[in-house]
Amino acid sequence: MDNFITSLLGENILTFVLVTVPVIAFVAVFALYAVLGERKISAWMQNRVGPNRVGKGGVLQTIIDGLKLIQKEFVSPIRADKYIFNLAPIIVFTAAFMGFAVIPFSSIFIGADLNLGLFYFFAITSLGVIGLMIAGWSSNNKYSLYGAVRSVSQIVSYEIPTALAAIPVVMLAGSLSMQTIIHEQAGGILNWYIFGGPGAISKLILFPFMLTSAVILFISTLAETNRTPFDIVEADSEIVAGVHIEYSGMKFAMFFFAEYAQMFAVAAIVSTLFLGGWQSPFGDLIPFLNNPWIQFGWAISKGLLLVFVQIWLRWTLPRLRVDQLMTVCWKFLIPITLIDLFIIGLYAVL
Amino acid sequence: MQNLELIFFIAFAIIAIYSAIMMVTRRNPISSALFLILNFFAVSGVYLLLKAQFIAIIQVLVYMGAIMVLFLFVIMLLNLHDENKLSESITYRKITAVLLSILLMGLLFVTFFFGFMGKKSEIHETAGTIGKAEFLGKELFLKYAFPVEIAGLLLLAAVVGAVVLAKKKFE
Repeated sequence: MDNFITSLLGENILTFVLVTVPVIAFVAVFALYAVLGERKISAWMQNRVGPNRVGKGGVLQTIIDGLKLIQKEFVSPIRADKYIFNLAPIIVFTAAFMGFAVIPFSSIFIGADLNLGLFYFFAITSLGVIGLMIAGWSSNNKYSLYGAVRSVSQIVSYEIPTALAAIPVVMLAGSLSMQTIIHEQAGGILNWYIFGGPGAISKLILFPFMLTSAVILFISTLAETNRTPFDIVEADSEIVAGVHIEYSGMKFAMFFFAEYAQMFAVAAIVSTLFLGGWQSPFGDLIPFLNNPWIQFGWAISKGLLLVFVQIWLRWTLPRLRVDQLMTVCWKFLIPITLIDLFIIGLYAVL
Repeated sequence: MQNLELIFFIAFAIIAIYSAIMMVTRRNPISSALFLILNFFAVSGVYLLLKAQFIAIIQVLVYMGAIMVLFLFVIMLLNLHDENKLSESITYRKITAVLLSILLMGLLFVTFFFGFMGKKSEIHETAGTIGKAEFLGKELFLKYAFPVEIAGLLLLAAVVGAVVLAKKKFE
């Protein structure tokens, strides 16, 4: 644990709580405003106004929506498996939130700087699929079950390119720890791994391969969060809403919350691996911008930028078909990442 | 920190034992599978307390995230309902199960009673380095490179076999 709260108070249960609370608060506020942001951006792209009634320009819209969802009755289908049905949204949300433990917000703030941080993130977020699956099965609804089957095949497949696209960075940085990976990218925008990392020769040789890896990592994390164009898990026009179909009120809101929390989590992972995390793009030119408190701003704004790209893609691209989705993963993304991995590995060894 | 570790150990141990018992006693195979996942989670927590970070995360990634997902998938698609009647009608199976459990309990009791009684439990100094990815990677790919390659070949054979079987069905 290297963050300022621990250095102030030492390691005890109180610090664990104090480190967790701001992250939970951030995720909650982010989820509320990302929903609003998504609606506003989609409206802007489709030449509409979007929500504009509650508060000035609709700023309180999602808070009111949340209040409405809290008031709803807890409905479970009669033939559903009640315990599992109620457990599913909790598993999905917990898995999405546990990933935040290793997301570095600044050089002085990270939940836990594990020396296997990246590995931990992929392991924990892969648990969300258990929640989606039992949600689909316990609802006792054929569309839910289809959604569950699709979610398993999609997420399990896309875990492979995600990991393969992240390995080049790990090889170059020589560590799985999130903070070490970011420290390696110090010294301005050109030292970020998307441009080949520090070192003039590595930039010249590795730039195209690292760029491909970054794009593939972004695409496959998009698929893992079930966002359009990979949202065949929900696919409203084919299977109504997939696993969410029988959920209402707060139970539905938890799925929604988890989706937005995961959107930011994967954006933060992509920015940590390839965009320098909390490093300032100006490097040492403007030393003031390397202040640990301003680093929070860099980390969060890079995350938000990638979240914007996710939203942008969602409202621009149509949904893939199930077979196209599998083809993209197994016939394009995995071979390309394997070639990338081979070339970058060769460079790292030599 | 010592106290904190003790609290976590007791919590993980209770969860692991409770979920193991629940896993065996549930009728519904999905509940059993979910309790097994909980059990794996608690065990990975115990690994963490033993400073075996890599194994703890592998436990989560491979057993919880991959193997149990496939288990649940298969159980869900097979929709096992006749399983209940089957297990009730066969009595000799129950007798064997009870006998084997008593044998295992006796074995564990003897091992722990005579093997560890009076000895102070402690984590070896090198445990922290063994649990790291660098150490495991070097051991696996330098010292044990051949067994790793053989294991990889076996898995490849299994994958090829699965593809061949699936292909026949569709042609």
